[in-house]
Amino acid sequence: MTRPLAILFAWTMALGAALFLLAPLMVIAAASFSPTPVFDLPVGGASLRWYARIGQMDGFWPALSLSLQIAALSTALALALGTLAAIAIAQGRLPGAEAIGTFLVSPLMMPGLVLGIALLQYFRAMGFSAAWSALLLAHLVVTLPYVARTMIAGLSRFDFTLVEAARTLGCTYPGAILKVMVPALAPSFLTAGLFAFLASFDNYPVSIFLTDVRTKTLPIKMLQYIEEAPDPTLAALSTLILGATVILLVASDRLVGLHRMAGTGQ
Amino acid sequence: MTDTALPLVKAPAAPGRERWLAVALAAPALLILLALFALPLAKLLAASVAGPDGPTLAEYAKLLGTPYYLGVIWNSVRLALLTTGIALVIGYPAAFALARARGAVRSALLACLFLPLAASVIVKAFAWTILLRSDGLVNETLLALGLIDAPIRMIFTETALIVGSVNIFLPFMILPIYTVVAQLDPRLMEAAATLGAAPAEAFVRVVVPLTVPGVVAGVALVFSLAVSAYVVPTLLIGERYPTLSTTIAKAYLLARQPTFGAAAGVVLLVIAVATVALSTRLARLGGAR
Repeated sequence: MTRPLAILFAWTMALGAALFLLAPLMVIAAASFSPTPVFDLPVGGASLRWYARIGQMDGFWPALSLSLQIAALSTALALALGTLAAIAIAQGRLPGAEAIGTFLVSPLMMPGLVLGIALLQYFRAMGFSAAWSALLLAHLVVTLPYVARTMIAGLSRFDFTLVEAARTLGCTYPGAILKVMVPALAPSFLTAGLFAFLASFDNYPVSIFLTDVRTKTLPIKMLQYIEEAPDPTLAALSTLILGATVILLVASDRLVGLHRMAGTGQ
Repeated sequence: MTDTALPLVKAPAAPGRERWLAVALAAPALLILLALFALPLAKLLAASVAGPDGPTLAEYAKLLGTPYYLGVIWNSVRLALLTTGIALVIGYPAAFALARARGAVRSALLACLFLPLAASVIVKAFAWTILLRSDGLVNETLLALGLIDAPIRMIFTETALIVGSVNIFLPFMILPIYTVVAQLDPRLMEAAATLGAAPAEAFVRVVVPLTVPGVVAGVALVFSLAVSAYVVPTLLIGERYPTLSTTIAKAYLLARQPTFGAAAGVVLLVIAVATVALSTRLARLGGAR
């Protein structure tokens, strides 16, 4: 293959991949405006009636509220605990730092379903049956490795002597942290938080084992809707979730830059 | 493996107080994962060999000794192999194009990667059920182009499963390869050409070996994700293609066979972790060469 041909081939694959990756998202968005209940593409007349019906789906609001609570709380906790641990690891004063770092990231390698059944048995054996708390604890295990990985990577490029330098120049210790460390680490922190939140909000395989009849997260409800009665209301809901994701991504791109997230994110 | 392998600034003989501070900073996260990850896993391992009269390997014998369950394991592995292979064939050249892109084109392409990555797996799998229905967009397009005479059945077939799976896991292949390719020195090809290598030879002998770490990372990630996928097979093929994941879920949620479920979980865990461990070793070997 000659060089121009090879480059042409690479570009064809990249554009093909881009189209292929976007296809399901575009289809969902198009189907949500379907004028009929059978996912017709809105040729000739778009309809917003499916959006109006999202709120009437059985059990929708409690599921959304539960998912947002669990995702927000577990992400906040994971950011706090993960960042502190990452600082200890990156400063190099922790005995066995590399092994601890590997351990903190290791749940990422683990099939979600296996974590789910392991926690189910564990909580059952302890007689712990509060679904909300069980979900929060489980999601902490889901989110913490994302934060640990991104923050360890981010902090390994941070020069801790800068904090000392700021103190020598007259900053108080908290002031030095706030003025030197926080701005330098903000991009990693934001990336970590974004991926942790999304991982929790979209989690199905861990949550499914820890819910009860009244405590169901949004992904579980959605899969239930799809299996029972798929209609364009689900497409409308999916489109709204996609819309929110786009807003999050655009905001992150403005603040951090996607090409930097490609290095530190997933 | 010692901690000296980490490329970190080593504080020269940290005073005891600072060392304790470091331990205190890391302790909460460490304790949480010990209590909610390591310990439950150990218990799961114990539960998988629990029998009425002491430890038994009966459930493992059932899994690894009956043709049906061997078929289930093979279904999971086959799904992961096909997904990984196809994702590599698409993702490898795509990562090169992405690394060459600049400015707005690069932003657009990266957005095409990140948006699906951030989108819910359930939403994407659901979209494929709409796309692949007999009166769905794919069939309508093929009909309109005259490529087929009657709609072909795609949903609930292996084709649907593989298409959906590749679609969902492709970004995990492209990103690690892209990260490596983007760091390559563009003058490498010129240097090889100066030394008399034809472009194809220069690419295969100079560039490809340097991208091995990215490829290994992508392959490990995609394989371990696809082998344990649950939502994708549930929505796109269903009962006709039982996998380890669907079998585990059934054992716990419907059949109430926790010992069998635990054993199946351990088998899935071993496959996923072995893939990652093996590829990490391969990457180290490749890097050491």
